[in-house]
Amino acid sequence: MTEITRAEVCVAACADAWRGDGETLASPFGTIPSLGARLARLTFEPDLVLTDGEAALMANTPAVSGTEDMVREAWMPYRRVFDVVWAGRRHVMMMASQLDRFGNQNLSCIGDWHRPKAQLIGVRGAPGNSVNHTTSYWIPSHTPRAVVESVDMVCGVGYDHAGSVPGAARFHEVRVVVTNLAVLDFATPDHALRLRSVHPGVSVDEVLASSGCPVVVADAVPESRLPTPEELSILRHVLDPTGLREKELPG
Amino acid sequence: MTDKRSSLDDMVAELRPGMTIGFGGWGSRRKPMAAVRAIVRAGVGDLTVVSYGGPDVGQLCAAGLVRKVVFGFVTLDSIALDPHFRAARQEGRIEAMEVDEGMFYLGLLAACQRVPFLPTRAGLGSDVMRVNPDLRTVRSPYDDGEELVAMPALELDAAFVHLNRADRHGNGQVLGPDPYFDDLFLGAARRRFVTAEAVVEPGALLDEGPLQSVVVTRLITDAVSEVPLGAHFTSCPPDYPRDEELQRRYVKAAADPDTWAEFADRFVAVDQPDYRRALAEVSASSSAAP
Repeated sequence: MTEITRAEVCVAACADAWRGDGETLASPFGTIPSLGARLARLTFEPDLVLTDGEAALMANTPAVSGTEDMVREAWMPYRRVFDVVWAGRRHVMMMASQLDRFGNQNLSCIGDWHRPKAQLIGVRGAPGNSVNHTTSYWIPSHTPRAVVESVDMVCGVGYDHAGSVPGAARFHEVRVVVTNLAVLDFATPDHALRLRSVHPGVSVDEVLASSGCPVVVADAVPESRLPTPEELSILRHVLDPTGLREKELPG
Repeated sequence: MTDKRSSLDDMVAELRPGMTIGFGGWGSRRKPMAAVRAIVRAGVGDLTVVSYGGPDVGQLCAAGLVRKVVFGFVTLDSIALDPHFRAARQEGRIEAMEVDEGMFYLGLLAACQRVPFLPTRAGLGSDVMRVNPDLRTVRSPYDDGEELVAMPALELDAAFVHLNRADRHGNGQVLGPDPYFDDLFLGAARRRFVTAEAVVEPGALLDEGPLQSVVVTRLITDAVSEVPLGAHFTSCPPDYPRDEELQRRYVKAAADPDTWAEFADRFVAVDQPDYRRALAEVSASSSAAP
């Protein structure tokens, strides 16, 4: 078996985000989170619910490169996704142009919202997602520009903002942040960003230097786990035989 | 039964500067692009555009017809960002009301139901509340006393949607997988305009799809027009996929004023016959069929 790549470590870390979720709609954004959700379903979370990215739920778990072999199990147009979101039966893994120390996420704009330096895609469903169901994040390029002290526009709601509004805290959970360098979470007394594990070959100092905000570090930070031989085989031969994971995260 | 067949130009002739106009579809999918082109040709400006935004927003911004955009996102799907919308925002040329996608949905639904707002948790704790100081919260009158966002009704002066099929009475059909929010755009509007790939005989809608695919009833339609390729270059399955090549040209052309003027002359400020001729020229000059 060839050497395990960073992208493959990230896929396993993303898969672990959905561990324990059971019959939940997993909504991954990005190639590596999509592979993670599908890998989780083919291994330890067989009841996860996945969409085809359009208006169908998939009964089977085909490769991410195409939907030719897809078997549909139910209809889920965008309007019905909101029923799932607002009922809390979903765990989304979104991307973030900026993510801050308390888990606020921005994909709307950089600079002052009233006249942004850079207009991005918009808040999308992030405000509603983050206060209605579990939210995780995928940051393929962990830099001080992406991991910041505080975001320019709060789209996905973090712990500090959720804590200031009772209705926002009720169903709020930012579970995990997977980056190209590490796995982070908010398991600290004040829900500040914490380093959970570093990917093999990455040092704690490298993560700290790549972050634009303080990160809580324990005395001993473990290494992120490697995918098991079974997971690697599924990933390489079933879910991603063309190697799209390496395009999103070049070694 | 009333025959509601009309022309795009007659629909657009009803529009006035300063109106609030909703556009159906989602991102770069089944957008009423022929209607957008007709509005650009007519030059009706100062518009408030309400949209799950795609190139409809971009092309109207590029034409200088937009005063304000109400949106949760603007994207071209296979290309993340629309260059004209970005430029308009970054240069401070337009006002904005940016809300969560679900809040947007409830705003349309509130307008359909003639209630002033609908409550939701979406938006709580986020900067959507900061950048839209007019947004209010409402406290539950029941024992829970929970505070929720009161998403105001998004009332529209007019709405345009593009469907796969319609009949002359204003029933409309979506043959693709997702009806998006098109019926809500129509329900939220005072004047309700439907374009379709084909207008078929009454009753014949069921020849091509099940009853459930007829998502628009004549109760929410004022005028219907047959406009083949009316969503092009956005996708309109199963009639045609997104024309990725033309979308790429659209984005590339935005980088330079001269290139954009040339693109707009051929592919935006044109009527439907000229648009189709421009497409035919492109396909004749390239090896790939459109």
